[in-house]
Amino acid sequence: MMLEVEGLDAWYGENRALYEISFGLDAGHIRTLLGANGAGKTTALRALCGMVRTGGDIRLDGKRISGWATEDIVRLGVAHVPEGRGTFVRLTVEENLQLGAMTRHGRAEIAADIERVYAQFPRLKERRQQQAGTLSGGEQQMLAVGRALMLRPRLLLLDEPSFGLAPLIVEELFAILRRVSEETRVAMLIVEQNAALALDLAEHAYVLETGRIVLDGPAAEIGADEGVRRSYLGY
Amino acid sequence: MDLLLTQVFAGLATGGIYACMALAVVMIYQAIDHLNFAQGEMAMFSTFIAWQLIQWGIPYWFAFLLAAAVSFVGGIVIERVLFKPLHNASILANLVGFIALFSILNSGAGYIWNYTIKTFPTPFGHTNLFGGLIDTHEAGMIGVTAALLFFLYAFFRFTRLGLAMRAAAANPESARLVGIRVGWMTALGWAMAAAVGAVAGMMIAPVVFLEPNMMLGVLLYGFAGAVLGGLTSPLGAVVGGFLVGIIENLAGTFVPYFGRELKLSLALILIVAVLMFKPSGIFGRSVVSRV
Repeated sequence: MMLEVEGLDAWYGENRALYEISFGLDAGHIRTLLGANGAGKTTALRALCGMVRTGGDIRLDGKRISGWATEDIVRLGVAHVPEGRGTFVRLTVEENLQLGAMTRHGRAEIAADIERVYAQFPRLKERRQQQAGTLSGGEQQMLAVGRALMLRPRLLLLDEPSFGLAPLIVEELFAILRRVSEETRVAMLIVEQNAALALDLAEHAYVLETGRIVLDGPAAEIGADEGVRRSYLGY
Repeated sequence: MDLLLTQVFAGLATGGIYACMALAVVMIYQAIDHLNFAQGEMAMFSTFIAWQLIQWGIPYWFAFLLAAAVSFVGGIVIERVLFKPLHNASILANLVGFIALFSILNSGAGYIWNYTIKTFPTPFGHTNLFGGLIDTHEAGMIGVTAALLFFLYAFFRFTRLGLAMRAAAANPESARLVGIRVGWMTALGWAMAAAVGAVAGMMIAPVVFLEPNMMLGVLLYGFAGAVLGGLTSPLGAVVGGFLVGIIENLAGTFVPYFGRELKLSLALILIVAVLMFKPSGIFGRSVVSRV
């Protein structure tokens, strides 16, 4: 597997947030981490990027990356759309996209990729010289995804991409994610509160509860089990 | 009228120096959220290095560039050795760090080069231009600081490294997530601030003369410029610096009793006034933090 996580622990100071969770992901596949608020979903993504103190084993293409600095993990092709989108609000839309490709070389290729993002998100092209902070929530989420794609990632981590967006915008965004996954073979790990949406997009789901994985199976099965839905997913 | 114009030009010349000091202060403030009280002493030390090089017979402009380059490296060393370890420390711990740096540089310069006042050469000479409106050294100061400020603007606006530095200062966590080495961007900010300060020091030294305390007043005006323009805005710092230079010269000439002796208190009055009535400065934005 491309991403292998074995017995991952995470701490915020003295507080333990994850208890030996294990999961994996392959290129071209989409998996999702579900669970209630505070279950440890965001922490799991942050742990993969070296943004919290961790124990256990994280391997990317067999290379152990646990304990690495965030910047170095990003250089292996791990793009993270964080909680709150991480927009550089004082910079323009185009500068935000350029920042996504900061670790890459080749001016022409980067410029072509910016055009590709614009083709996917025409609204961003209209606003390319605008300060990113003036964008609507939906546009900022598109910008965050666009910025992540500028890395040409092998692994894309998305933290609640649907948060705060109108249903129509969410539908559009998820359709684009599906298309990107098929076209680029990027592996995606999606954290979502909106379980129905995520189960529809992903093939495989993990359900977290208070820092432990309590369920693990094909998305269709987990979505179909009414007991699971009621007790863990809340719909 | 002529007196007014002369004072405005003189104000632009010293204002350029204040603008550079203000910009150096803001660059470090943006990166680490602390005011570098030792910025003036760093500039003073750089100027002594340039003076020493010139004493050794190195031509002025070589000494100028060499001193700026040494300051650039010195800025990185100061950040790595002193302030990187203080990264997560309290404001007071950082303040003590700045005071330490201030004392080390001030006393160090006094120890190495002693406290007697020295003249510092100017490559522009002191000939009157435009019928006495401005002298060549003042014109040179304006030219050099304008060129430096333009170069910095172009660097931050048009290069990838400049963009990375802006991103790292604005949002360190997001910057790391796009692979920017934020720690090194901070070090680079220190390096550039040190070099900018060095240029300011070398340009003002022929006017205020070279001695370990030469930059005290200059830095105070620089702070006033930074506060006036807004500590969150590099452009504001530059505009503020020029404004302070002009205000200082006009007040010193036209306000009775102000004269040379009271001019320095003007900087303090300005700082207090701005902080009372518009704390974010002319160009700054007020910082809202969620608690």
